[in-house]
Amino acid sequence: MVKTISAETRRAPADRATARFARWSANRANRLKTVRTIWMALLMLFLYAPILIMIALSFNASVSRSQWTGFTLDWYVKLFNDPAILGALKTTIEVAVVATIISTIIGTLGAIGIHAMNSGMAGMLINVSYLPMTTPDIVTGVSLMLMYLFCHVPLGKWTMIFAHIAFDIPYVLFSVMPKLRQMNPNLYEAALDLGCKPIKALWKVIIPEITPGIFTGALLAFTMSLDDFVISYFTSSDMYPNLSRIVYSSTKLGVKPTMYALSTLMFTTILILLVLVNKRTKLENL
Amino acid sequence: MKRSWYASPYALWMLLFAVVPLLFVCWYAFTTPDGAFTLANFQEFTKPRYMGVILRSLKLALYCTALCLLIGYPTAYFLAGRGFNHAQSLVVLILLPMWMNLLLRTYAMMTLLDDNGVLNAALTALGLGKVRVIGTEGAVLMGLVYNYLPFMVLPIYTVLKKMDYSVIEAAEDLGCNPLRVITRVVIPMSVPGIVSGVTMVFMPAVTSFAISTLLSNGKIRLAGDLIDYIFNQSSNPNRWNIGSSFSLIMLVLILLSIGFLRKVDPDNEGGGMW
Repeated sequence: MVKTISAETRRAPADRATARFARWSANRANRLKTVRTIWMALLMLFLYAPILIMIALSFNASVSRSQWTGFTLDWYVKLFNDPAILGALKTTIEVAVVATIISTIIGTLGAIGIHAMNSGMAGMLINVSYLPMTTPDIVTGVSLMLMYLFCHVPLGKWTMIFAHIAFDIPYVLFSVMPKLRQMNPNLYEAALDLGCKPIKALWKVIIPEITPGIFTGALLAFTMSLDDFVISYFTSSDMYPNLSRIVYSSTKLGVKPTMYALSTLMFTTILILLVLVNKRTKLENL
Repeated sequence: MKRSWYASPYALWMLLFAVVPLLFVCWYAFTTPDGAFTLANFQEFTKPRYMGVILRSLKLALYCTALCLLIGYPTAYFLAGRGFNHAQSLVVLILLPMWMNLLLRTYAMMTLLDDNGVLNAALTALGLGKVRVIGTEGAVLMGLVYNYLPFMVLPIYTVLKKMDYSVIEAAEDLGCNPLRVITRVVIPMSVPGIVSGVTMVFMPAVTSFAISTLLSNGKIRLAGDLIDYIFNQSSNPNRWNIGSSFSLIMLVLILLSIGFLRKVDPDNEGGGMW
């Protein structure tokens, strides 16, 4: 916009028409700004109003969703006195922690191994990681369920953990790979030449270089694990439900304010984790 | 030990928990419960009650994609525009929901639209009377758009952000009016982003699960809900096989669309996640 005006002014400096054009241009720019502001405000309203309303309702004294009868923390107290929910919370955290640890180890080693391979083999192994990312969640969930049932493995906590590890590994892999590519390849060779054993060289040279990537990967894996609903739904049972499963089955019995409290806590936790991830690596680049 | 061996646990895990399960789906899709080869599982879906669900899923996914494009394109355009100070934080705000639990987001939507929910309370307070939203296709559509909108904004934004701004200036200097700059320069240059966004919205919308069940009280089932129903509630003795054949169809559809995407946008300019 600015460029256009200056080009016009260069051609005919004292022309009244040019001045009018400049004013029109500036007005148009201002109008565009107004449109942009309104558009973004409406969009934010659309994206966040439902969530904010739910958070507000978790503090509403009334069970009704149409009346505000005062602030309360009762629903949160109820939440933490409900053995079923506490059990599900424990399951969710256990699954996320175990899946994060195992997937971080496997994913990091995988990235180091793939980095040392020739490109044909490496490309194939990296493509395997795109598989769970591209397969629709429901197909991933159903396929794992089929395999478990075929092998007569009863669905429970461990079937869920194994599934989570499988969808977490790619996030770790894709967080660590770029750090390995940035690394000076001579460092590792130098360590070996100076008499370092390969394991020690890995531990003392490679791992410290890629630690930020490992951290980001672990954080992402943990978030994805806490966040997952569909795959957990198909690979777990009502005996060991996670929090999402509890929320889902509660919807069949009508809406309860304790669920708002639970959802609020889950939202906040995931939000904080995502902000942390975003600090380390831009969400838009993932 | 060679360093490449470190990748073996990775290869083994992905083989066992990502590749083999899909082979199970293929196996079940083409066999009877006795293990004999058959194509009958695929024929199941020509039955009207299944066909209806599929057609409805396609229809709603199509509407959802169109709406997301309609809302998402201007959004991406504004965000990528020059002189927008808050763009960076807005991008994060728009992308955040993408990473958040689909169930929780849908649950929030349900709270808003429910018969005794906030929307109806507001309408009653204004003296407009209640509207029945939950249970209609409109509610499901709204839930789909709410969930998948960020997937449209992101790839278009990425492409527009990378676009060479001097091309727009050139068009302006050569006398193009603003509308023509958009239709003749900006939109053609952002085609990879549009294709990427359309695929990233359409495919998960077709296979979406739980969104429609929650927003329609179980009255409207989409393809994903159908798979859940066949596996977990149907009493058909062939249910694993039928369910697998349906899952396989979806998987093939997705892989085809990714192939298409790679063809249209070989350098992954659209910044798709695939």
